[in-house]
Order: sequence, then C-alpha cells, then structure tokens
Amino acid sequence: MSIFEYNGSAVVAMVGKNCFAIASDRRLGVQLQTIATDFKRISKIHDHLFIGLSGLATDVQTLYQRLVFRHKLYQLREERDMKPETFASLVSAILYEKRFGPYLCQPVIAGLGDDNKPFICTMDSIGAKELAKDFVVSGTASESLYGACEAMFKPDMEAEELFETISQALLSSVDRDCLSGWGGHVYVVTPNEIKERILKGRMD
Amino acid sequence: MSQSAVDVPPKGGFSFDLCKRNDMLIQKGLKAPSFLKTGTTIVGLIFKDGVILGADTRATEGPIVADKNCEKIHYMAPNIYCCGAGTAADTEAVTDMVSSQLRLHRYQTGRDSRVITALTLLKKHLFSYQGHVSAALVLGGVDITGPHLHTIYPHGSTDTLPFATMGSGSLAAMSVFEAKYKEGLTRDEGIKLVAEAICSGIFNDLGSGSNVDICVITKGNKEYLRNYMEPNPRTYVSSKGYSFSKKTEVLLTKITPLMERVEITEVGEAMEE
Repeated sequence: MSIFEYNGSAVVAMVGKNCFAIASDRRLGVQLQTIATDFKRISKIHDHLFIGLSGLATDVQTLYQRLVFRHKLYQLREERDMKPETFASLVSAILYEKRFGPYLCQPVIAGLGDDNKPFICTMDSIGAKELAKDFVVSGTASESLYGACEAMFKPDMEAEELFETISQALLSSVDRDCLSGWGGHVYVVTPNEIKERILKGRMD
Repeated sequence: MSQSAVDVPPKGGFSFDLCKRNDMLIQKGLKAPSFLKTGTTIVGLIFKDGVILGADTRATEGPIVADKNCEKIHYMAPNIYCCGAGTAADTEAVTDMVSSQLRLHRYQTGRDSRVITALTLLKKHLFSYQGHVSAALVLGGVDITGPHLHTIYPHGSTDTLPFATMGSGSLAAMSVFEAKYKEGLTRDEGIKLVAEAICSGIFNDLGSGSNVDICVITKGNKEYLRNYMEPNPRTYVSSKGYSFSKKTEVLLTKITPLMERVEITEVGEAMEE
C-alpha cells in the first residue's frame, strides 16, 4: 500500500467568476478502518487564501502549523496578507527543502489575488507547482476527480453554480474510492463572503 | 520543534530530518510516493542566427496526465533559456537556483551572462548530488561568443551539440532531426523543423503530449512562442454542459461576511532632516 493510501483523502479546487471553491472529504482512516468522520483537511491562511492538504494526516497537520507560522511572521514584517502566488512559492520552497525525505502530503492552494482574480494550484510532495486555470485535484480519489471535473467544469461559473458543480464532482468521485468520503466540506469564497458548507454523502 | 523553529528562515540547501521516519514507514511496507515527472520531449537546434528550443507541455504523475499545459522552457537569463525533463520539482528548483546565481553574477561583473557559465553552475550542482537530483536539461542561448547548445544529464555529464533531444520522446524527435537537419537553417525552417520534431514526440511517445512550445533566441533578442502549435484540441465539448436534477444535500451552512479590502494611504509630511 502506498503511504498516501494510509489515511485516504480527496481535495479539489475550482475557479469561477471572481470566486473560487475548495472542497475535501471528511474521512480519517488507518488503512481500512475509519477512525474519524469530521477530519478537517482545508484550512484558512487568511480571508482570501485557503490551503487543502491531502496525504499522511500527521504531515497535513504539521505542515499546516509550519505554514501558519511563516504566514504570521510575514504579516508582522510586511503588515499585510500574503498574495496567493507568493504563498504558493513559499509552500513549494518548504516542500523542496525536504527533497530527499519529503513531507508525505500534496497541497492544493486556492486564493483571490489582486483585482479579486482567483488563483489555484497544486503541488506534488516535493513542491513541483502545477498552476491551472480551471481545476486542480489531489488525494487517493484524484483519478476519479480528474474525470469528474473534466466533464463537469465550465468556465466563468457564478458562486452558486460553482458550489453545485464542485460538490457533485467531489461526491461522485469519492463514491468510487474506498478510502475517502463520509461527507464533504466545501468553501466557496467570493470577494465579500466565505460560505462554508458541510455536505451529506454516502457513509460507507 | 528543534532548531528549525528558531532558525527561521533556514540557511538554504536540503534538510534531511524526515529521512529516518520515511525509511521506517517504507520498512513497515508502505510504498514511497511517486513524484510529478515531465515525461517529455525537449529539443534544441542551432540555426543561422542563433538557437531554437522546443518542448511539449504534458506533465505526468505515473500514468495519469496531471497537467495538460505546463511550461517546460525555463528562463535562465535574458539571452539563455533551458528546457527540463525528469522530476518536475528538480528541474524547476535547479533552473530557478542557477537563474538567481546568474543574475547575481551579472550584477557583480557588469556583463551579460555566458551560456557556459550556466552550464558549469548546473553541472557542478547535479554532479555533487550524484544523480539523485533527477534533472535532464537542454540549455541554449546566444552570448558574446555566439550561439551555444548543450545537454546536461542528471549525473552531471554534458555534451555540446548542433542539435539535441532529451526526455522519453528523444528518440522520436532525434529521428526527425537526423533526417532533416542541415547547417545554416533560416529562422522559419528552424522553427518548422523543431515543431515537427516535437510533434513526432507528442504523437509517438506516451509520456509527451498536448501542445508545442518554442523559444527562439538570437543576438540581442528572444521570442517565447508559448503554445506555438496546438495539435490536440478538445474534440467534443457539449454546449449544454451538466445540469444536476438532484441538488446536493447540505447539512450545515456557515457564512462569514468579509469586510471590503480598503487601501489606506496616509498622507504625511516629508521627513525633517
């Protein structure tokens, strides 16, 4: 079994019109046994920047704590929030530093940059950035997510339609993956509000 | 956390503190993760007035296409570009690092960078990591001594050639070059030949695909033709899109209103001496 399949995860982010959505599943397992159904994989860095981490759960939490630490230090020094592109470069550098003994997680970063332009990117476990204009996926359900998003995505969706699309893509993909699921956690962020929703999914 | 918490930002270079834990996990039977690779076809050739570099745009993660339109031609200096194949994180990190070193060198010497400087910096770094930094590069540029094209292998060996190919699609592309290359090509002939070689990699090699990127470097000028050719458009896009008859069931909604971001510029008086 691969190290990434130890805990199981599914994270996806999509771009809409001046907004973005980031979603994850909620299962935490130890190989085939489920031990929690409310595990938080997506965390807020600042009001317009979210990071979702898939992979080994202990590295997810450690990496998140290190990134929040670096961002708070940046806020103290620069007296402003980090731009999403800068944050992506920071995460990439922190992951590449451990090139020969990496953190076993794959981040998905989503944020609103200047002029409220949405930014999404994902990386492999050693920091190879992959910018996309439409959607990015990560986790054990990534292959199904690629297929579902490729079919369901449309450019320039408004916030409500984007929520519906990303939820349907997430739930249908985790249905085909034993290691992820047990509901979904979706954040839809527009310049004026953050809408956080918990989805009802199959609990198997 | 140990010293890494206190010593922020770290002094640079690699940190090996998770190696022991990762080895323990592998011994317990868990497989190591696979990295994002750029399967790739990358090529370069020297024509009458300079150098032309070409690359495909597919990034793979095992058998899955992770990125359908990634950039494999990296900037090193205004007159030097580098195509990268192998592990994506390694090619990006190594080219970024040498690009910054070249810029500092330009500030120190006050002269334009030479291709051979970039070559030496890259081969020194790759050799010192004995091939574990898995980056295979095609480096090309035009400096004061003329046009140059080099290939660099992950272990640090280099070749200087009039035309070169690297990556999983290198055999397909090299067959095109060996058949059709001649010295003294014009710009249009060169671009056509490079595009043909990359297309041969895209269609015959499974690790390469999507579009063709081309970069033309001549004395004092460079042209980066991103997505010069797109021979693989999406064939059928449904105009209706998806309509979901059954809406997703939501258990809980939490709305956090955000304050509008306001820029405050303070108008102050000029500093007194």
